[in-house]
Amino acid sequence: MEGRLANAWRLTANDKSFIRTALLSEIRIDGRKPYEYRKIVVKFGREDGSSEVQLGQTHVMGIVTAQLVQPYRDRPKEGVLSIFTEVSPMADPSFEPGRPGELAVELGRIIDRGLRESKAVDTESLCVLAGKFVWAIRIDLHILDNGGNLVDAANIAALAALLTFRRPECSLGGEDGQEVIVHPPEIREPLPLTVHHLPIAITFGIFSNDSILVIDPTHNEEAVMGGRMTTTVNANGDICAIQKAGGEGIPQRVIMQCLQLATAKAAGITKQIKEAVEVYNTERALRKIKRHPTSIGVNVKEKQDQSVDK
Amino acid sequence: MEYVSPEGLRLDGRRPMEMRQIRAEIGTVARADGSAVFEMGNTKVIAAVYGPREVQNRSQQISDQALVRCEYSMANFSTGDRRRKPKGDRRSTEISLVIRQTMEACILTHLMPRSQIDIFVQVLQADGGTRSACINAATLALADAGIPMRDIVTSCSAGYLNSTPLLDLNYIEDSAGGPDVTVGILPKLDKVTLLQMDAKLPLDIFENVMGLATEGCKAVANYIREVLLENTKQLEYRRGL
Repeated sequence: MEGRLANAWRLTANDKSFIRTALLSEIRIDGRKPYEYRKIVVKFGREDGSSEVQLGQTHVMGIVTAQLVQPYRDRPKEGVLSIFTEVSPMADPSFEPGRPGELAVELGRIIDRGLRESKAVDTESLCVLAGKFVWAIRIDLHILDNGGNLVDAANIAALAALLTFRRPECSLGGEDGQEVIVHPPEIREPLPLTVHHLPIAITFGIFSNDSILVIDPTHNEEAVMGGRMTTTVNANGDICAIQKAGGEGIPQRVIMQCLQLATAKAAGITKQIKEAVEVYNTERALRKIKRHPTSIGVNVKEKQDQSVDK
Repeated sequence: MEYVSPEGLRLDGRRPMEMRQIRAEIGTVARADGSAVFEMGNTKVIAAVYGPREVQNRSQQISDQALVRCEYSMANFSTGDRRRKPKGDRRSTEISLVIRQTMEACILTHLMPRSQIDIFVQVLQADGGTRSACINAATLALADAGIPMRDIVTSCSAGYLNSTPLLDLNYIEDSAGGPDVTVGILPKLDKVTLLQMDAKLPLDIFENVMGLATEGCKAVANYIREVLLENTKQLEYRRGL
């Protein structure tokens, strides 16, 4: 009951009809065109595997951690990937503290489906000792500000964090080779994850009048729209996941048009994420180069002026 | 593993474009306003509808529409191994949300303001396609309860294994790791209301698979209409018309 209805309560009837009428002339209230995305900013923290994404006013943080666990019994040679979403009332007054509501669960599951089922992260390379030890990658998504379209922002945060995450290197040792030794990052350089492709989530908002579609709905548009469809596509033209959980119906040919549009947008967003990751990697490599303290430049000219003043 | 034999037969002997046997029954839960049992092959689902009735939680009342609530749960004995938690886990929460929003698209909620419609769906036997069976059962239950609807909603799933589009996957085909497309349509309006897909598929193959699932939905819609017609005839007969 929470997410959608609470949104709808806070907007007045005049606001809602204004948004709807404007859409009939293909005008959105923030000045965008119907198929235009908001500005995406991808930032990284100091630690490997932490990202911060801003999609317009929506703000999401993604953190990736890894732990050695026992694998599932029916998949002894594969690692484990799990996604947890935290929606705090700080992001939106309609979110309740405590157990994740329907919105948080759906968000987590959409991103989970996009990453796991499409085999974006190579889980077989996470196996250390088949049947005994595998790496469990845990992605925590914290929603900091709900400006609309949480799924897309959270997905980009998860991907950015996965691309910059480094897991510690480990080797087998002990008497019979059954013990796993995890090397600390200072001794051995940690390894990046193998990510085959980037599934990007693109959300469409569906409005009841004349089946109007917009990409990347804002908070206000979400309160007015009749349904939503999230398509997860990658830059190679594959469709990784689709989630249209009821709501306003649309004809099949419109769905195919949306998918083609989504593939075009995904290419642009993939490029942006990769560029941001490149910048982070270069910066990280520069940090790793240890500089001897005495080689830090000293401003010789200043010292000479001081001696002249005396 | 081979899911489609060279002769073109699947693991349970069906052809790729063949659905499982459907069976539906209306009015199984006497206490409920409307109820139905829906079977798709070995998947058996029971749905009960209570409403329109007064909203139990006054703070959730909507002044111009009916409130639709839905709860999906799987019985402990529905799957091979006994399930620990029948409801409240993340999958059940998501499917409850999906079914609720799908049925909301077809119920004429503005005709019943300040009231509540409860849809309870319980899976008795799970053999793949439980989501679709639940939506079909919910449609029948809503019709049995006499709740005004825009159109019936029918749902069916399809997949793609061994380079063949397959209609109506069972549990073994579903857990094969291949793509799984679940479609829910409003047959008369010819609009897609539910669409869920996982695993990777190229665009053109996806179009084929979605088309196949839509055809399956239309076949289910024909069957549901027959069942409803038969039920109405029975009611007329009992009233002595």
